[in-house]
Amino acid sequence: MTDTSDFVRIEHAQKSFGKLEVLKDISLTVERGQIVAIIGPSGSGKSTLLRAINDLDALTGGEIWLDGVQVNKTLPHRQYEKHINEMRQQIGMVFQHFNLFPHLTVRENVTMAPMLLKDLSKAEANKLAEEQLDHVGMLERIEYYPSQLSGGQKQRVAIARALAMKPKLMLFDEATSALDPELVDEVNQVMKKLAEDHMTMIIVTHEMDFAAAVCDRVLFMDQGVVVEEGPPEVVFKNPVKDRTREFLRKHIEGAK
Amino acid sequence: MGLDFSIVPKYMDVILLGCAWTIGITVAAALLSFFGGIVFAVIALYGPWLLRQPFRLFAWLFMGTPLLLQLFLIYFGLVQIGIDLPAFVAGIIGLGLHFAVYNSELIQTAILAVDKGQMEAARTLGLSRGEALRKVVIPQAVRAVLPPIGNNMIALLKDSALVSVIGVSELTLSAQRVIGKTYRPFEFYLLAAACYYVINLGMEWVQRRIERRISISR
Ligand SMILES: Nc1ncnc2c1ncn2[C@@H]1O[C@H](COP(=O)(O)OP(=O)(O)OP(=O)(O)O)[C@@H](O)[C@H]1O
Ligand SMILES: [Mg+2]
Repeated sequence: MTDTSDFVRIEHAQKSFGKLEVLKDISLTVERGQIVAIIGPSGSGKSTLLRAINDLDALTGGEIWLDGVQVNKTLPHRQYEKHINEMRQQIGMVFQHFNLFPHLTVRENVTMAPMLLKDLSKAEANKLAEEQLDHVGMLERIEYYPSQLSGGQKQRVAIARALAMKPKLMLFDEATSALDPELVDEVNQVMKKLAEDHMTMIIVTHEMDFAAAVCDRVLFMDQGVVVEEGPPEVVFKNPVKDRTREFLRKHIEGAK
Repeated sequence: MGLDFSIVPKYMDVILLGCAWTIGITVAAALLSFFGGIVFAVIALYGPWLLRQPFRLFAWLFMGTPLLLQLFLIYFGLVQIGIDLPAFVAGIIGLGLHFAVYNSELIQTAILAVDKGQMEAARTLGLSRGEALRKVVIPQAVRAVLPPIGNNMIALLKDSALVSVIGVSELTLSAQRVIGKTYRPFEFYLLAAACYYVINLGMEWVQRRIERRISISR
């Protein structure tokens, strides 16, 4: 596709867990290279939306598109599995609790998926892992096990692991929320670097300063709907909606 | 007639051969029970219904009936339907499957206890469910239950004496045969006990080494 707009397109996303309606008709587009932050109170459906994008939690209604291909298209079970595994290779995801594989070294964490899914030779995968780990400043720890790393280091390895699949889109679900305050910055630096490389990113975060600094657009979600969306200058400084103002006021007070 | 161990050296070769059989059968059955346990756990948790139901019957058979009966069934029973196994093979299969079922119970619980974030992270990278199980979940589950699996293996060593009933000249049967000739039960049963003890120590040593090697990757 030559068109750079609508790289990611979410149309009327709807998600219920039983009777609980968590996402209510959410639509959103992200352009190639754009960085979108999603903020909002706990339970508003931020994680659910992010997890719907790579179908970890399947939507109950609506469509997700990435680069002209529908992620959650209707297919017979087997074909869908094949399709979704291919789509997920193009969508990197970083979790709050890192989810590194504890039985594998840092190197193996990064090389496993490329070797298995992209048929890279061991040498090629090692080269790729070294590049990616260098990019996040973790090359010296390549032979370590996750249990020997700090939280910030684990998260940087998790980012390298996702990047090794050469994704078109990166999703971050509160990547720094589980970290000690002094370790947050090293992860933020890595994310900033990705932003400079023009990676398309959707970032769920509680860090308003970071969101304001790196994001092109901010979405405020509450109770399963997008209440307000716009450039960070507007959403953070001059929000239109009362609920946004209320949330930001509480949040900033809470942070103090 | 007190204890007199001076007779022992004359029959030591018989006893040592018995030890060799015991070790061989135990190691082979232990490997079968380990890998069989993983396969059974996957069938029990994720197998299609058509495989799961017969497996439950099979698991009940191996957990709910005496091992002795199972050995008879495999050695004498299968002959009737044309499967004539050498006694030691029947012994390995019987012991191996019996303990595979017990190991499978441990591994099933451990698989369910692996943090679900692990499966999610693997799926997010594009691994299928099968690949994620094989590469991520099962290796962690198995590591987590190695100590109790080790205990099962010690039990397996002790139960390996049961294969004497189908005529495998392992340690216990060898001791009995020597006693039949010498009428020295105390000496040779004590000797056999000592042999089991040494084999046991060896197994514990191997187990500790494995556990030490993987402790960092937990
Ligand atoms: N698997 C599930 N089953 C049932 N309910 C769920 C499930 N996952 C999430 N929910 C519910 O959906 C709602 C939205 O959850 P979600 O995790 O998306 O919120 P969030 O905005 O990410 O919150 P937080 O800031 O605390 O991470 C919550 O009420 C939550 O309890
Ligand atoms: Mg969340």
